[in-house]
Amino acid sequence: MFYRENGQFKTSYKSDQQIFPIPQDRWAILAIIAIAFFVIPLMVDEYLFRAILIPFLILSLAALGVNILVGYCGQITLGAGAFMAVGAYAAYNFLIRVSGMPALGAILLGGFTAAAVGIVFGIPSLRVRGLYLAVATLAAQFFWDWAFLRVKWFTNDASSGSVSVADIDVFGWIVNTPTDKYLFCLGILVIFSLMAKNLVRGNMGRQWMAIRDMDVAATVIGIRPLYAKLTAFAVSSFYLGVAGALWGMINLGSWEPAAFSIDRSFQLLFMVIIGGMGAIAGSFFGAAFIVILPIFLNQILPVIGGLFGLEVSIALVSHVEIMIFGALIVFFLIVEPHGIARLWSTGREKLRLWPFPH
Amino acid sequence: MAFFLETLLGGLMSGMLYSLVALGFVLIYKASGVFNFAQGAMVLFAALSMARFSEWIPEWLGMDNLFMANVLAFAVSVVVMFVVAWLIERLVLRHLVNQEGATLLMATLGIAYFLDGVGQTIFGSDIYKIDVGMPKEPVMMLESVFEGGILINKEDFVAAFISALLVVALSIFFQKTSTGRALRAVADDHQAAQSIGIPLNRSWVIVWCVAGITALVAGVIWGSKLGAQFSLSTVALRALPVVILGGLTSVPGAIIGGLIIGVGEKLSEVYLGPYVGGGIEIWFAYMLALVFLLFRPQGLFGEKIIDRV
Amino acid sequence: MSGRKIGEVILDLKNISLSFGGVKALQDISFDVREHEIRAIIGPNGAGKSSMLNVINGVYRPQEGDIILRGVHHANMDSYGAAKAGLARTFQNIALFKGMSVLDNIMTGRNLKMKANMLQQAFWLGPAQREELEHRAKVEEIIDFLEIQHIRKTPVGRLPYGLQKRVDLARALAMEPQVLLLDEPMAGMNVEEKQDMCRFILDVNDQFGTTVVLIEHDMGVVMDISDRVVVLDYGKKIGDGTPDEVRANPDVISAYLGASH
Repeated sequence: MFYRENGQFKTSYKSDQQIFPIPQDRWAILAIIAIAFFVIPLMVDEYLFRAILIPFLILSLAALGVNILVGYCGQITLGAGAFMAVGAYAAYNFLIRVSGMPALGAILLGGFTAAAVGIVFGIPSLRVRGLYLAVATLAAQFFWDWAFLRVKWFTNDASSGSVSVADIDVFGWIVNTPTDKYLFCLGILVIFSLMAKNLVRGNMGRQWMAIRDMDVAATVIGIRPLYAKLTAFAVSSFYLGVAGALWGMINLGSWEPAAFSIDRSFQLLFMVIIGGMGAIAGSFFGAAFIVILPIFLNQILPVIGGLFGLEVSIALVSHVEIMIFGALIVFFLIVEPHGIARLWSTGREKLRLWPFPH
Repeated sequence: MAFFLETLLGGLMSGMLYSLVALGFVLIYKASGVFNFAQGAMVLFAALSMARFSEWIPEWLGMDNLFMANVLAFAVSVVVMFVVAWLIERLVLRHLVNQEGATLLMATLGIAYFLDGVGQTIFGSDIYKIDVGMPKEPVMMLESVFEGGILINKEDFVAAFISALLVVALSIFFQKTSTGRALRAVADDHQAAQSIGIPLNRSWVIVWCVAGITALVAGVIWGSKLGAQFSLSTVALRALPVVILGGLTSVPGAIIGGLIIGVGEKLSEVYLGPYVGGGIEIWFAYMLALVFLLFRPQGLFGEKIIDRV
Repeated sequence: MSGRKIGEVILDLKNISLSFGGVKALQDISFDVREHEIRAIIGPNGAGKSSMLNVINGVYRPQEGDIILRGVHHANMDSYGAAKAGLARTFQNIALFKGMSVLDNIMTGRNLKMKANMLQQAFWLGPAQREELEHRAKVEEIIDFLEIQHIRKTPVGRLPYGLQKRVDLARALAMEPQVLLLDEPMAGMNVEEKQDMCRFILDVNDQFGTTVVLIEHDMGVVMDISDRVVVLDYGKKIGDGTPDEVRANPDVISAYLGASH
């Protein structure tokens, strides 16, 4: 079947404003979701779940959060990891301190706590931008790194901030096998992605993008920078907080503050740059890329080294990895600031016209 | 009192080193409007180059003179940093002219990662010694004034002296030489500078070279103290609050900001740290910078930012 | 000009003074705008026209003076407050949201009228969806009015200059303003585009009864379409009246018309 809109006429604004206005897109998305839920669990082994799929799902969620703030609202952040940490430790505290707290409730409350903290650290964005804002978000990063390491209350007196939780229980469903964990994270990601898509195509998203593109003009037409920026910080931190709680409680099981260090913050920013700023799909592309690249390099570099009779150490692989990340960041910023998502949509435009060149 | 002075002096010494890194930030920001997140990676790269060449050169040449080895290694490292500066301008900055500050910032973050990776691939990723004959033994001072005197690390003293020397040299370079004047013209107004025939690209290369040299000096000093190792790369993050405090466009700001942060970190750690579990140095500097941002966004000595419609 | 009737004073500016550091951009300027009229501000470069507009909608705060909008004093007008009070404007250097489509740009103008909360929007619940459709219908009317149907899904960055100016006007109109401030709406346009823009301004004024305050360089246009004209020079008011009165004013002739025409 051709990917083409010929003969599809919209007869109402409602049909033109659907979440995916092109029927082919609608079917493709439904098919992907169906495959993810029903086919993949049957085909995939445990290693793939643990090493790739679960990290991919959770980091996609975190990247969505960063993308809302950086890609849609244009506010740079270098402290995304801190908000994941806040989400993770807040969820942990709700779980152990409030008796009868359901795990799902703790995870969501972790998200809300992160949102509140995000609003506080977003306040500087009302006065400063660019680099200066980056410094403010770094302050959040270093402060929370320290707080979870040194303030014993947050970690229930655990040494060096390392905490652990038992398998979580979602309305009687004990999430303990990799398949369970995968399905749980997938469910949350699907819901949160649809929410994000709805927000960015509606009035909220238009306010964010208006602030991003031209803040003076936005104010003049009646958008309050205060409201737009702080909601972006809140929603972004909420996503990051939930992702952090999932990363700790589902992916790791037991964790330390180092799981959410500044490297994590940079990694999330890179996902968004490589995947595509201001595109929901970009968050998935970026997360997939960053999860898969190291594994790919680990497999391929020793082989390549072998061809030339070189021994490739693990250290070398990790150096090559950060080299490639660095080079790709620069490459995408120069050549395609909208990342893989733009390459993807350009490809789709071509497909609409295929096989004709224009 | 003696203990307080000791802490204060310790803070001033480490502050001097922050100033040195901050200076690299300010030079590049003034000339090209780029906030160079890769300054820390450049310090690491320079330190690794210095450490490894001072080890390799005697091997290659079969000589056994530490002083000559250091001189040669330093010279080679200068060349290496020039090449790095030239490549950065050629491959990255040239293609990002007139982009927003945030984009440039992210690009230098990419450069930082790349340099970290390349540096450790070429030079290795262990801890390497830099031995430029810095005095290691501590000295006692002011024994007549206080009981027991105060203990000072001679190495810190020499380091602070070298930093001060570099700052003076840079000031002379920018104030007195024609190249320096051209660079200041570029800093004030890109287009005006270009219109009177100052080549923009070459100016940027020169500024990055100068920043590369400050990185090398900082790398040698820190490296001889702590060893040339990956953690040097994080010095950029320590020096970031310094420039916010001092003002991004001000050389004196970088120096004084560095001293304030250096002293503030040490004093807060010693006097405040014990009450909250310690380890507060790093976020204390950031919180200080954050408070400044809210009340005086341009920093102590920076130029006021005016938005025009 | 058809059956429109010029009414009472809607916007009254009293003794406005504005300076940046030592530079006096506006000195003791007073004039008023009546309901439904087209009021032009003219003057040579650097006369303070754009500053005047920026004061009216709160982008700049004047050091002295009072702004009275429909009898309400706004000594400290800010841009958001101005938008709420029914002032809309276009920009001299187009200030569209360049990452968004034409449709989305115009939809931002409806922001103040949209009430659905974030949760409703996130789940695209009834109220959010209904609201989105209602305002889409309204925006489509403006799109039809300004004849930009063919570009509604195009990112604004790809549009030629003349069309961008039209989208800028559309976004301001989407706010359904009482007073529309236009900062050089015809600058940089060719004759045809200017004619179109003139027609749109007159139609807006005529059909919606919107009061228009505009800055324009093209004297022919100004004299043709405006009811009354204020003349500024070096931050001072040197003339005020109907186009014919202003044309006859000796100060204006020597400062402006004499110098450039």
